[in-house]
Amino acid sequence: MKKIEVGFILNGDEVTAEVPATWTLLKTLRETFELTGPKEGCGVGECGACTVIVDGKAVNSCIFPIAEAAGKTITTIEGIAEKNGTLHPLQQSFLDNNGVQCGFCTSGMIMSAKALLDENPEPTEDEIRTGISGNLCRCTGYVQIVDSIQKASEIMKDKS
Amino acid sequence: MSEYLFIGKNVPRTVEVDKVTGRAVYINDLKRPGMLYGKIVYSRFAHARIKNIDTSKAEKLPGVRAVITGADIPDVRVGFLKDQTVLKKDVVRQFRDEVAAVAAISPEIAQEACELIEVEYEELPAVFDPYEAMKADAPLVHELDARGRPVKSNILPLPWKFSAGDVEAGRAASAYIVKDDLTTPWINQCCMGTSGCVAEFDMNNNLTLYNQANVIFGDKRRIMEYFSQIGLKDSKVRVLNPIVGGSFGTKLDTDIYEFICIQLALKTRKPVKIIFTREEEFQVLPPRQPSIFTIEQGCDSEGRLTFRRAEAVLDNGAYTSWGATTPSVMMMPLSSLYRVPNVYFEAKCVYTNNIYCQAMRGYGNPQATFAVEVSMDHLAEKAGIDPADLRLMNSNQPGDETPMRLKITSCGMEECIKKVRDEIKWDEKRGKHNGRGVGMASLIHVAGGARVYKSDGHGMIIKVDEDGHVDVISGGTDQGQGSPTVFSQIIAEALGFRPEDVSMTFGDTAFGLWDAGTHASRHTFIAGNAALMACKKIKRQILELAVEQMPKIIKQGFKRKKRKDPEFTVPDLNFGSIADPDDLDIRDRIVFSKKDPENPHFRMEVSRILTEALHIGTGASKVVVAEAFYDPPTEMLDREFKGNLSCTYAFGTTAVEVEVDEKTGEVTILQLFAAHDVGKALNPVLIDGQIYGAGYIGVGYGLTEEMKLEKGKVLNPNFLDYKMLTAKDNIPVTPIIVEPGDEDGPYGAKGIGEPGLVPTAPAIANAVYDAVGVWIHDLPITPEKVLSALKEKRGE
Repeated sequence: MKKIEVGFILNGDEVTAEVPATWTLLKTLRETFELTGPKEGCGVGECGACTVIVDGKAVNSCIFPIAEAAGKTITTIEGIAEKNGTLHPLQQSFLDNNGVQCGFCTSGMIMSAKALLDENPEPTEDEIRTGISGNLCRCTGYVQIVDSIQKASEIMKDKS
Repeated sequence: MSEYLFIGKNVPRTVEVDKVTGRAVYINDLKRPGMLYGKIVYSRFAHARIKNIDTSKAEKLPGVRAVITGADIPDVRVGFLKDQTVLKKDVVRQFRDEVAAVAAISPEIAQEACELIEVEYEELPAVFDPYEAMKADAPLVHELDARGRPVKSNILPLPWKFSAGDVEAGRAASAYIVKDDLTTPWINQCCMGTSGCVAEFDMNNNLTLYNQANVIFGDKRRIMEYFSQIGLKDSKVRVLNPIVGGSFGTKLDTDIYEFICIQLALKTRKPVKIIFTREEEFQVLPPRQPSIFTIEQGCDSEGRLTFRRAEAVLDNGAYTSWGATTPSVMMMPLSSLYRVPNVYFEAKCVYTNNIYCQAMRGYGNPQATFAVEVSMDHLAEKAGIDPADLRLMNSNQPGDETPMRLKITSCGMEECIKKVRDEIKWDEKRGKHNGRGVGMASLIHVAGGARVYKSDGHGMIIKVDEDGHVDVISGGTDQGQGSPTVFSQIIAEALGFRPEDVSMTFGDTAFGLWDAGTHASRHTFIAGNAALMACKKIKRQILELAVEQMPKIIKQGFKRKKRKDPEFTVPDLNFGSIADPDDLDIRDRIVFSKKDPENPHFRMEVSRILTEALHIGTGASKVVVAEAFYDPPTEMLDREFKGNLSCTYAFGTTAVEVEVDEKTGEVTILQLFAAHDVGKALNPVLIDGQIYGAGYIGVGYGLTEEMKLEKGKVLNPNFLDYKMLTAKDNIPVTPIIVEPGDEDGPYGAKGIGEPGLVPTAPAIANAVYDAVGVWIHDLPITPEKVLSALKEKRGE
């Protein structure tokens, strides 16, 4: 199988992956870099469990061809806590406000929320709901997820 | 109640930090050294004879390590009624039938190999409608039963008949009677983590199966039984749960893919992993049991229920799993939701060439409650009684024994009805028929275990190390409901420790004691009681060690001080205050004397006492460990399906306000209040999470979700076509927690896992009728059905 070499910035580090050209970004993250936070929930870009941030935008990494990652800056759930282990306010808020149950959607959900808050630090409830509308969750009914994101945005605002 | 430190508090889910950092290992993430990947070849027909399977091309594909068909493995029957084999070699009876499987070094190669397997079929006549399937000339789905005897009918030999009182006498005493037909669809559980497992044998043929089972000991037993029939009767089986990405009933039975994975691992001598794709999850995983109900109910002139008679026809699909046992749960609402003296219920499960069914949150309760509660509103209308009043008049009450012989102890139903009625402003909004309407529905569910097996027990082991850390091994499983947090609250409260001192381990048959399963909304109740039993022993051990060790430690301390400071005066202490364990207690990990609580000398950290006790010396050192097995004082249902199978019952009422667009038929939920009698909320935010989540699935059941099957094939096996609700749907659910307390529950708690889902769909159907005057008796209530009913009403 034809392999390609792709360089990008992953969670702050410059990395290179040599993988089959048919691989997706999700597969590369999980197999080559052993970052299993992004999940495959559907493999066709419908559930959002694989969401990562590419150059500031939340994308479904399961349908993102690896070749297109070249030169991009990519952040996964593993890359948002501080180096000293302090959780990102979103991560903390999901724990504090029961925004996580089974947790399978959580990585993608938090990454969609982060992309939203990075662009719009004070979103309305409706904007939050739109921001995570591509991320399916079966456990929570989304209410406490929306609540977690809202509270995280308030904490982030107070900090900045 | 306010004396509790942790019970009733919103302790956050800090212990689950791995889930927010991407570190949590789900089955999807699990890798074992040398692991292979398994893929399954499914049938291309709903009913066909297999004429030939050619695996030669697949076997030659580089990277393939094993190809198996029904001819390669022992011909052993598995399943609830032993009506199928692991790989089908003669006849396929549904599209999901497994005919071959491959293990390869990558999932891609395994998939490619599957596509190279050539199966020649001869199509057979099939039947997809349960009524057609019951006809005398219908094609038989199975020609022989599990024992090889000829079968005459597609109707399963299951005894689902319930009778209490005298229905005909009840009918005769009725002033009003209604009769309705209602249907509910197949529903996919839609766990976000797809199904899968990893099977691994050691060189002694002992199996470790990493899977998502929520009944790990049942899983183990079924695999052991299978092993005994394939020549592995001396093999040991360990079932281990990784983190589980949603369950909702899917993990109750041992699925065929697990047996296939085991066979591939056995053949290759390597760990083998099977993970479903989302499409497989829709096409293959057994969904919620669909139902067709006919229900009749009557009441006297004042509105008191006189009788209830229901018949159900259940499309069993081609094989039998737990879906076929849902009538045993349907009996509960049919006989015991509201006070009704005379009840008859009969259910027929019918083989068809459709997908077969399993469990889903609520089991058969949502189906039956849909029938009962829509019928209640119909009856209220006929009798000219407000539906809320009809419900209040017939509400279950503490102290009742229902026709099923369920013993109602604590019961907050009346309070739930009144609360949602007031919150939604029922009297103001009802009966306008102006496109907006309100509706309500209630529920009863098991909430203190469910004795479906002879034991409904749960085993728990607790140890406290000398450093004061509490390790707990529960024989149950955690599917994300919050058990690690709730049990740490219960145990910390009972022991006088902090929740953060407690580490929970779930889902391992090697270390855990037996548990009937994390199902039937029973985990908090049953395992919580086991925890309290174990904590009582642990606390006694600690306090006995305190009696032994504290005086010694205190005196040694004084000696040391005296050595350092000859001026030090040893205080005159009354050691009698700490001479009896009954006089001691623990709070915040400090043992203190209840007789002399403020005395600083008699306050000592548990870890200090345990360290001392551990290091006494040969033959005298002690550790702190205890186990408990709690099996509630309940009964199995008898031959008539009567008996008090749960220690207590959950009640709740949902009220919704809807707006119906008469041009499009679209139903919008404006408000939804869900009041639930939870006994006592151990962690209110976590309870809210259960009510929100279940309520959302209930709204999907009511309005959007259905697996569409055409001639046995699932037509919508993806999230674009299967309409699970998204955040954008923004259903305004408001939980209302009702806490009458329960004398048998741990700190008064009852189960709440399933109830939130149960009354939602009928409440919506009733609200739609109040809004626009049409009954939709066929879930989901889609715009097309509403429009068509409106047209019919207008005589168009």
